Amino acid sequence: MVFSPILLSIEVAVCATSVSFVLGLFIAKQVVKLRRLKSLVDGILTLPLVLPPTVVGFFLLLTFGRNGLLGDMLAAMDVSVVFTLAGAIIAATVVSFPLMYRSARGAFEQFDRDLIYAGRTIGMSETKIFWRVIMPGCKPGIISGLVLTFARALGEFGATIMLAGNIPGKTQTMSLAIYSAVASGNREKAYMWVAIIMLISFTCMFLMNIFAARTRKSVKAGAAAGSIIKDEKSLPEGTAIL
Amino acid sequence: MKMKKIGLLCISLILVVSLGLAACEIKNSDEMGSDKDEKAKTEKTVELNVLAAASMTDVLNELGETYKATHKDVKLNFSYGSSGALQTQIEEGAPADIFISAGAKQMDALAEKNLIAADTRKDLLGNDVVLVTPKDSKLGLTSFEDVASDKVKRVAVGGENVPVGQYTQQVFEYYKVWDKIKAKASLGEDVRQVLSWVESGDADCGIVYKTDALTTDKVTVAAAAAADTHKPVLYPEAVVAASKNQDAAKEFLEFLSSPEAKAVFEKAGFTVL
Repeated sequence: MVFSPILLSIEVAVCATSVSFVLGLFIAKQVVKLRRLKSLVDGILTLPLVLPPTVVGFFLLLTFGRNGLLGDMLAAMDVSVVFTLAGAIIAATVVSFPLMYRSARGAFEQFDRDLIYAGRTIGMSETKIFWRVIMPGCKPGIISGLVLTFARALGEFGATIMLAGNIPGKTQTMSLAIYSAVASGNREKAYMWVAIIMLISFTCMFLMNIFAARTRKSVKAGAAAGSIIKDEKSLPEGTAIL
Repeated sequence: MKMKKIGLLCISLILVVSLGLAACEIKNSDEMGSDKDEKAKTEKTVELNVLAAASMTDVLNELGETYKATHKDVKLNFSYGSSGALQTQIEEGAPADIFISAGAKQMDALAEKNLIAADTRKDLLGNDVVLVTPKDSKLGLTSFEDVASDKVKRVAVGGENVPVGQYTQQVFEYYKVWDKIKAKASLGEDVRQVLSWVESGDADCGIVYKTDALTTDKVTVAAAAAADTHKPVLYPEAVVAASKNQDAAKEFLEFLSSPEAKAVFEKAGFTVL
């Protein structure tokens, strides 16, 4: 119970990062393809980052509250998001999503299209091109997006307290625990949580940086155009290596 | 290449697991309390969501533990926040059962919309407005009027929109020195900020609630404002009208007015009404 905020924070951050990762990549890929309305869609998708988190939380509460549209539908299925861990995950996801989406979009747009054409020339399927050509090439950008997303989700406060409340043992993450400790005048407890959250954040960033540095090396090594398909098995059958 | 594949495998594994977790959470979250304790489930556990002002965190946590010992069939979920945010949550239909506000204003707003059960509303606690000085202060202040003197260079008070700031203004207006005070006041975002300015010695003195002053040993209470100098500081409680657990909620409110609870509140500096 005493250390539940650590578990809850990590659970929320991991879940939110995973959802943001999948959605962010998928949506970024679609947006890059858009011709018209690109800036409008982009603006809407980035909105949660620009708005104060409390406002995002308020909108989420409007949506998921019993009076809200989604909340009404969920209530019919006897599911409630407000004051639950699911609410905390949703809040953290919405707030951290733009970071993943933006990074992925930037990486996709900067990717050398010639490599995609090269892939098509040798008859690779679009799916294969995405996973074997685009993704490895965009790795550094995507990883930095992942780091930002995780960091944002771990520290989320404003939207979370609005949607998920601040219930010890149930929705009280570390950020909320710090707020509670300060609000009730418990300095020592606040300092303790601050120290723990810093330690966890530093450790995560450190590990991710090591990982990023390693992949950057491998991307560089594979940068010479032909070498992207150095894995023979990835080539369609019957293609000879020139 | 092998490294890469292992990395990819790891990432996808983490993804799948966490997504599964997330899905489970969403499915289970509204019945979380009950399946944690299968035994309690058979005894029909009631879950009460108690929305309370953040300043009551410690006392309510303590009282919650006490209550749990005698009421095994009730699971209390305290959610702490600013009274205004809690009001919004209730207005938007959050599944709340009890609301304890740090001001009458928020409770009045909910009462107006019939969102609280009117007959359950009660002023639970009161608080005193006190003048605090840093522990090592050499100014020798003993009353609110002393603050107007020139030896006091900076006063920490709550801003106009902060409840404690409104009470502060009323007190100084009562003594007819508000204009002088205003000129040297630094306005805090909330009562905690006011308190930390005094704690650090950045302000010569400040005006906070008694309960806040008691949480730190870095300040001394120089004076308490007399009751007729300001509107009473009240903490009203009520059962939320939409609550499905009206009886259990009422029972908990009764407990908050018991002699046992009174002792805990008074220890923290509240006045029990």
